[in-house]
Amino acid sequence: MSNSAIDVPPKGGFSFDLCRRNDMLSKKGVQPPSYRKTGTTIVGLVFQDGVILGADTRATEGPIVCDKNCEKIHYMAPNIYCCGAGTAADTEAVTDMVSSQLQLHRYHTGRESRVVTALTLLKKHLFNYQGHVSAALVLGGVDVTGPHLHTIYPHGSTDTLSFATMGSGSLAAMAMFESKYKEGLTRDEGIKLVVEAICSGIFNDLGSGSNVDVCVITKGHKEYLRNHLLPNPRTYVNPKGFSFTKKTEVLLTKITPLKEKVEVIEGGDAMEE
Amino acid sequence: MEMLMDSSQAEHSLLSSVTASERTLNPYVTGTSVVAIKYKDGILMAADMGGSYGYTLRYKSVERLKPVGKHSLLGASGEISDFQEILRYLDELILYDNMWDDGNSLGPKEVHSYLTRVMYNRRNKFNPLWNSLILGGVKNGQKYLGMVSMIGVNFEDNHVATGFGNHLARPILRDEWHDNLSFEDGVKLLEKCMRVLLYRDTTAVNKLQIAKITEEGVTISQPYSLKTFWGYSAFQNPTVGAEGSW
Repeated sequence: MSNSAIDVPPKGGFSFDLCRRNDMLSKKGVQPPSYRKTGTTIVGLVFQDGVILGADTRATEGPIVCDKNCEKIHYMAPNIYCCGAGTAADTEAVTDMVSSQLQLHRYHTGRESRVVTALTLLKKHLFNYQGHVSAALVLGGVDVTGPHLHTIYPHGSTDTLSFATMGSGSLAAMAMFESKYKEGLTRDEGIKLVVEAICSGIFNDLGSGSNVDVCVITKGHKEYLRNHLLPNPRTYVNPKGFSFTKKTEVLLTKITPLKEKVEVIEGGDAMEE
Repeated sequence: MEMLMDSSQAEHSLLSSVTASERTLNPYVTGTSVVAIKYKDGILMAADMGGSYGYTLRYKSVERLKPVGKHSLLGASGEISDFQEILRYLDELILYDNMWDDGNSLGPKEVHSYLTRVMYNRRNKFNPLWNSLILGGVKNGQKYLGMVSMIGVNFEDNHVATGFGNHLARPILRDEWHDNLSFEDGVKLLEKCMRVLLYRDTTAVNKLQIAKITEEGVTISQPYSLKTFWGYSAFQNPTVGAEGSW
């Protein structure tokens, strides 16, 4: 029974040390920093040869746009991509984690990943955290069983659909889809409809904006069209560029090219198993 | 003024133990969105005929589009009883206007202004009329289409919608509306919006009326339903990739 003041490292689990201080601060009116949300429009649709995913590129922190050109279409497998809406950290982390799990599964089975595998891994994780992992995802891909498109909600429920939208701009995008979608679209028609739906989100929803990203997945082939459309260019660009104020003088210019530290040996030994 | 006295009376009274509230706090029987556009000859307005009691579809033949005077058409979403009260106020307004018998009649802009004042004043007394109103009309060749919300926000535009219509119908209208739509094109555009609302609004019903107002007068159509499509392959067989899953 020692009353020593030795600091034992925490064994893990949640540390409640700061809770009283946070409570006191919030009573005094000091708000905690808000999450970086993606406040988004993400869409997916099934066309005759596969799946097309689309997303806008604005990331918001409350009322501020913190990233004008972020990437919301995440890689899961060579034949599966996933768009994410909600808290940016959650969508990144959960898609990265499931992507690694799929890679390990591919090594284990020696086969191409299936979309339902990614779906089950994601929904298990999200349900486990009872909605606290705020990630709303549109998962799409083409595997041996055909093209698939699913939506996954933060609490872990999923839907299998021919066309799907998520995020704050989902109603504006869904209005476009519901009025114009039909089965058996060609690749160009599908891309045009996805772009229309994302633009509808960009121009009618304040949480979405900037550019349109598109990803087309077909059997054995995928095309990631980053910034496929830029409907919000900077209108007035100063032709003179940036100029320093008169007080700043350039005294010395020295450019040091960075040398590569690692030498890549062609045809070296493979890693040991 | 009488409201303030009531609440203080209730407090001082020895008999009543509960302060009676005579203000609107929640809507009870509600109508869902109304969508309206300007077209070549006047205004086209569409609304479905459902009166929902919370999540129950209680009344299936509620007419939410009504003519007002000679030149205007009023559509309302929100509390149905408040809408009926507004119709009574407007009746009185039009009656008094007719009694002047001077050849002038209240146009849509005037009725819109009157409604804005009514809604805003009620909101200031913390006793709102729980409606979003759309007022459209044509007078002397001038088309007019405006909206008033329950807190008194009012504006005028080429296409307006209330409730869910703002999120689902206005993006379509912003994309596809243009000046001088013909009657057939206007009806097709409204039907497109109403179909999306039918698919995606839980309180919508598939029984709607379309009303048109032109210089000649008001015509409200008979109720009819829209055709819907449910034959997508993903709906027929959602578990094609993994039998037995959900």
